[in-house]
Amino acid sequence: MLKLFRASFVMMALFIALCGLAYPFAITGIAKLLFPAQAAGGLVERSGHVVGSRLIAQGFSRPEYLHPRPSAAGNGYDAVNSSGSNFGPMDKKLIDRVAGDAAKIRADNPDAVRAGAVLPADAVTASGSGLDPDISPGYAALQAPRIAKARGLSPSEVEKVLADATREPTLGVLGERRVNVLEANLALDALQPRAHPGAR
Amino acid sequence: MTWQGWAEIAFVIGLTLALSWPLGIYIANVWRGKVRWLSALERVFYGASGVDGSKGQGWLVYAIGLLAVDAAGFFLLYGILRLQDHLPLNPQGFGPLSPHLAFNTAISFVTNTNWQSYGGEQTMSHLSQMAGLTVQNFVSAGVGMAAAAALARAFAANRGDTIGNVWSDIVRNVIYVLAPMSIVVALVLVALGVPQTLAAHADAVTLEGAKQTIALGPVASQEAIKMLGTNGGGFFNANSAHPFENPTPFTNLIEMVAMNVIGFACVIAFGIVAGARKAAMALFGAMAILLSGAAASIYVAESQPTPAVHAVGASQTANMEGKEVRFGTAATAVFAAMTTGASCGAVNGMHESFTPLGGGVAMFMIQLGEMLPGGVGSGLYGIVVMAILAVFVAGLMVGRTPEYLGKKIEAREVKFAVLAVLVLPVVLLGFSAVALVLPIALQGQLSTGVHGLSEILYAYTSAVGNNGSAFAGLTANSWWWNTTLGIAMALGRFAYVVPVLAIAGAVAAKPKLAPTAGTLPVDNGLFVALLVGIILILGGLQYFPALALGPIVEHFQMLAAVAR
Repeated sequence: MLKLFRASFVMMALFIALCGLAYPFAITGIAKLLFPAQAAGGLVERSGHVVGSRLIAQGFSRPEYLHPRPSAAGNGYDAVNSSGSNFGPMDKKLIDRVAGDAAKIRADNPDAVRAGAVLPADAVTASGSGLDPDISPGYAALQAPRIAKARGLSPSEVEKVLADATREPTLGVLGERRVNVLEANLALDALQPRAHPGAR
Repeated sequence: MTWQGWAEIAFVIGLTLALSWPLGIYIANVWRGKVRWLSALERVFYGASGVDGSKGQGWLVYAIGLLAVDAAGFFLLYGILRLQDHLPLNPQGFGPLSPHLAFNTAISFVTNTNWQSYGGEQTMSHLSQMAGLTVQNFVSAGVGMAAAAALARAFAANRGDTIGNVWSDIVRNVIYVLAPMSIVVALVLVALGVPQTLAAHADAVTLEGAKQTIALGPVASQEAIKMLGTNGGGFFNANSAHPFENPTPFTNLIEMVAMNVIGFACVIAFGIVAGARKAAMALFGAMAILLSGAAASIYVAESQPTPAVHAVGASQTANMEGKEVRFGTAATAVFAAMTTGASCGAVNGMHESFTPLGGGVAMFMIQLGEMLPGGVGSGLYGIVVMAILAVFVAGLMVGRTPEYLGKKIEAREVKFAVLAVLVLPVVLLGFSAVALVLPIALQGQLSTGVHGLSEILYAYTSAVGNNGSAFAGLTANSWWWNTTLGIAMALGRFAYVVPVLAIAGAVAAKPKLAPTAGTLPVDNGLFVALLVGIILILGGLQYFPALALGPIVEHFQMLAAVAR
């Protein structure tokens, strides 16, 4: 009995050493050597300051920036508190939230709405993580006239930026077409550095 | 629904099945002791623990050894979680877990369930994630594969009195299968964007001047084994929906293949070791059929209009609440089918926000017994138990003593098989019924009414099925939920695996018979149909009443709401 007790604890301790320390430390070391940028979270710097991660949504709300999907992470876009809303499809709170968001998006984008743009589903739904860094090309196109107006750019200039930030499905079948919001916003600022009063 | 979505589902499942073939041959060699390239490391394990790794053991000795390893794992993990504030690698300075949360989490990871009553980035130090949770991801998977290997040997034996050596089975499955595959997958994931760092959280100032803190950690090393070992416990609260756990459609593909490939490979390995390749293909086929059916059903269900989006006149191509744009509906649907079919429990979209039928199919997949293809190892022994019941039922119909793979199936084996399959409904429905009338349990609910019933039903389904996914609106971090879910997880694992090992012992002791004209063939389409039928009928009879009151009622409520 005592022998069995000792054997199982010693074996477990060895597994901790092998799988819990040696393995993650080795992966950390190799990752740092081979893929330092990815291993550190794909952080993006501009003029020496970290402005975010390409993979993590941020709560852009000014008219001159591309806006992300709604977020249920913490109080919104909280990257230490990832979460979906977990509302069931019949939940009154979901129905009210979607109605509010839809009205706000339509009010923010009058030109697109007047031109007959349909609201894409991702624009009014919160993602599973609350940190979805992408939006659908449809939602990006809907915001293009607003961004162009706020920045005094031509629609085609904005559309080009959005097209450059668009990713296609991998191998033609995996996943969906999508626009990375931070990438697009960095490109918009690069195109026209004066129009972002919040930046350094 | 689009042709591209259907193509993605077919591609993912097809690739998984194709890759499981060569892997299964390798695993069979590991189970037969032919793979020895790390024998020096093996000797360290046996030598330090003072065990003989080569001596054959009877089923009872084997079972006691298996339980002892898990008991040691439980106590060590519980200790790490309770003491994490005194241990190194805690850059965020997280405090210790409460006793009931540590109890729940330790059971959860030891039983390969990975139910999480906590959000990882708010709770766990780097050391707890690595030396605590990651370790059990390996060991619990290795234990499942060990039991599967023992069962395979039992069917190969002819009047044998041993089923293998528990020590070498666990060590070999970890160091020859799980560890090398994890190293490769982890490095590929890092290359594709998954973080792997011991640093603290990063601070950013957004282009609009707002502050954002970004949680980081050794994610990739845990992510790899989380999928390969069908554990499913996320580094982050949002699990594989989090862009750091699953940044692109390609990582999504890797994670899906990883979470099912070993489960299918164990069936191939079983066929080789038990000398019944064609019969194993029948099991493989039944798994693949039901998995594909579930993926297709969830895809169709998630492409329906939902009331909230319908009401505001937005585009109605998909139910995007709780889903990520980069994956879309198809990749979320097939992920959901694979994770619930496999007792994995990782999610790349929130099951609670699925349509009623989408979430209902996910729940039903767990209730079918976690064998489609099931957890690594555990899925194999689960489907063999079902096959034993299938030949028993067929034997009753024609009035002959049933046989499976040359072994007579008699009263003892059938009793243990029934004992094993009864654990799920008794624990699941029993605890759910009690929780539905207890105020202390209902406090944790996000939803009430029909959806609230689904929330509770899903929680116990997930726990006793050792899945670990959730209708995550439920706030389970209270003493009631942590304690009862912990008990359910332990029963779901151990009250299943011990009868399975008893079956293995009984089967091993029988003479191996040659098939006769009166033997029911177990390697043709008819048997696949019989097996699929038994699985569906058993699951339907047990859970249809509860599902009718939950997802099915909600489905009709939703149809009515959309029609208005």
